[in-house]
Amino acid sequence: MSNTNTPLVEMRDICISFGGVHAVDHVSVELHPGEVVGLLGHNGAGKSTLIKILSGAYAMDSGEILINGEKAEIRNPRDARSYNIETIYQTLALADNLDTASNLFLGRELVTPFGLVDDDAMEAEAREIMARLNPNFQKFNDPVSALSGGQRQSVAIARAVYFNAQILIMDEPTAALGPHETQMVSELIQKLKAEGIGIFLISHDIHDVMTLCDRASVMKNGKLVGTVDVDSVTDDDLLSMIILGKHPHQKEA
Amino acid sequence: MSNTTETKTAPPHGLPPQDKGGPLARFLKATELDTRLLGMLGALALIWIGFHVYGAVFNGFGAFLTPRNLWNLSVQTSSIGIMACGMVLVIVTRHIDLSVGSVLGFCAVVMGVTQVYVLPPLMGVGHPMIWIIAVIAGMIAGTFVGAIHGWLIAYRAIPAFIVTLGGLLVWRGVAFLITSGETISPVDQTFKLLGGGPYGAVGEVGSWIVGALGCIAVVVMVLNSRKQRTRFGFVMRSVWADYFIGGISCAAVIGSVLLVNSYPWPKGIVKRYVAETGIEVPAEGLFISHGFAIPVLILVVVVICMTILMQRTRFGRYVYAIGGNPEAATLSGINTKWMTVKIFALMGFLTGLSAVVASARLGSATNALGTLDELYVIAAAVIGGTSLAGGIGTIYGAVLGALVMQSLQTGMVLIGFDAAIQQIVVGAVLVFAVYLDNLYRKSAK
Repeated sequence: MSNTNTPLVEMRDICISFGGVHAVDHVSVELHPGEVVGLLGHNGAGKSTLIKILSGAYAMDSGEILINGEKAEIRNPRDARSYNIETIYQTLALADNLDTASNLFLGRELVTPFGLVDDDAMEAEAREIMARLNPNFQKFNDPVSALSGGQRQSVAIARAVYFNAQILIMDEPTAALGPHETQMVSELIQKLKAEGIGIFLISHDIHDVMTLCDRASVMKNGKLVGTVDVDSVTDDDLLSMIILGKHPHQKEA
Repeated sequence: MSNTTETKTAPPHGLPPQDKGGPLARFLKATELDTRLLGMLGALALIWIGFHVYGAVFNGFGAFLTPRNLWNLSVQTSSIGIMACGMVLVIVTRHIDLSVGSVLGFCAVVMGVTQVYVLPPLMGVGHPMIWIIAVIAGMIAGTFVGAIHGWLIAYRAIPAFIVTLGGLLVWRGVAFLITSGETISPVDQTFKLLGGGPYGAVGEVGSWIVGALGCIAVVVMVLNSRKQRTRFGFVMRSVWADYFIGGISCAAVIGSVLLVNSYPWPKGIVKRYVAETGIEVPAEGLFISHGFAIPVLILVVVVICMTILMQRTRFGRYVYAIGGNPEAATLSGINTKWMTVKIFALMGFLTGLSAVVASARLGSATNALGTLDELYVIAAAVIGGTSLAGGIGTIYGAVLGALVMQSLQTGMVLIGFDAAIQQIVVGAVLVFAVYLDNLYRKSAK
């Protein structure tokens, strides 16, 4: 990935505050096609808030978002989806009372020529995609509340991947997963990356970030500490950015 | 999980039917019948038979399981049943509507004034358009009131409990102001038919036509479901189970036609009818069937439309999604605020429709019409399995709930319990039904 190309996403000078607290304070990040950018920071550092602006859940106070070099207006989740931005939320954002297929297609149901929802077609599609993501998955007629944490997570991942995402936001995608499933997510990230999809990965796990990401942006108290190439830093460098808010290369200079 | 699902003979998708449990469990699994629905039907049968036997033993006459009583029961259930369909949507999305009784009174008064005071001087008494305009006016009034409630709840973030508690007082008061407390009558003659009564029913032939349409619909639905499942290669319900369900449904439809057709017009009405039309009376007397009452047919149409809306449209899917997880619904791009306005507007529309039935049945409009209906409507929905925590509830459940409540009240009147005991029983049943439902849900998990 060369930085001379137009970035897939450019978030410039983003600010948002809640009741006087600057949750995100003049933060700029960018994402290129086929790149995985890690977002790191303590709880409350503003990572989730930043990506919720990109996914349309929050409206920013100031700043601008460029998608493929053009200014994008993202006011709600529908707008974000129209730019092919898909999000896997930390909370998974599943409707517990609905089955897998209904959750997968929530907000963009397949319909019959009469405009009625086509549950059978959606179930068939859901079976196909889940067979690829999680071959053991069988509970298609139960509400997702009956699924295990890992199964629920794979439903949330399937939902983000199915609709030809160009930009994928993953907020702690492996938080609820066992080692085997975590490995599957890692492989999925590699595969999506090879397809030229840009991924923002929020994680607490420095090891994950070091192995999966190309670059890492670290936030602290709503401000951007810095963005580094993962290859040029050590685990300890990242840790000190997170804890102390120190940029490793500034230190050298 | 075992790998038994990967046998070569198994269909490409889905679990093969498991042979676990006793014959009843296997039967339920094969027919995919809703055990909750069966439970409610069982409770209803118990109530009906109980009252009938009690009457036969203690009063010497079982009055409950007679065509006359069951026909009246169906008419009395209509008004609450229509509103309960809307209340399901409101409660599923974690709201409540305490105002429906008052809004019903308000709509009835609007329709009364329209057809008694406003239109006759303009169009002449008995003009065929009067009842149509009056009905439309009442339903617009209901929809509008519901939309206002929904807007206050969604866009001004006032809890539904408060908005509709305010509405309960406001619309009752408005209804009183419009009428100055007077009863508005007589209503238009055609309008009156919408409330039932001997003339407000479709008769023997009409009922058979309705029954035939019902049976055709059942067959088409069963065949269509098989076709859909074949298209995607899903596990098929066995043929005998489909025949069984189709057969039972058709039998229920035909049975209800026979029932309503075996309830004759009262002698006085027949005599007047003979005098008016001048037809000849055969020696053995004239037997004119009621057939299905028009308000019951209105309820049936509402149930069908609302069931399609809830199960087969995006709107219904979003209602359940909002109830299950409002945040997830918003993040999926669903405009939850606008949905709330639409849901309350729909509740208002159905309240207007219910006002048509209630006021036509009474033959007049008063500002007190529908008093305490909100509690019966909410109770019907809750007895029918709608969860106040949101996300769960069905249209047919709510209507069955309304039927259970009406059966209890009618039954107690028939065996001569006084009003105080009726209230105690209905209240206790409401609490007990929700307790049973909790137990059922825990064991189902």
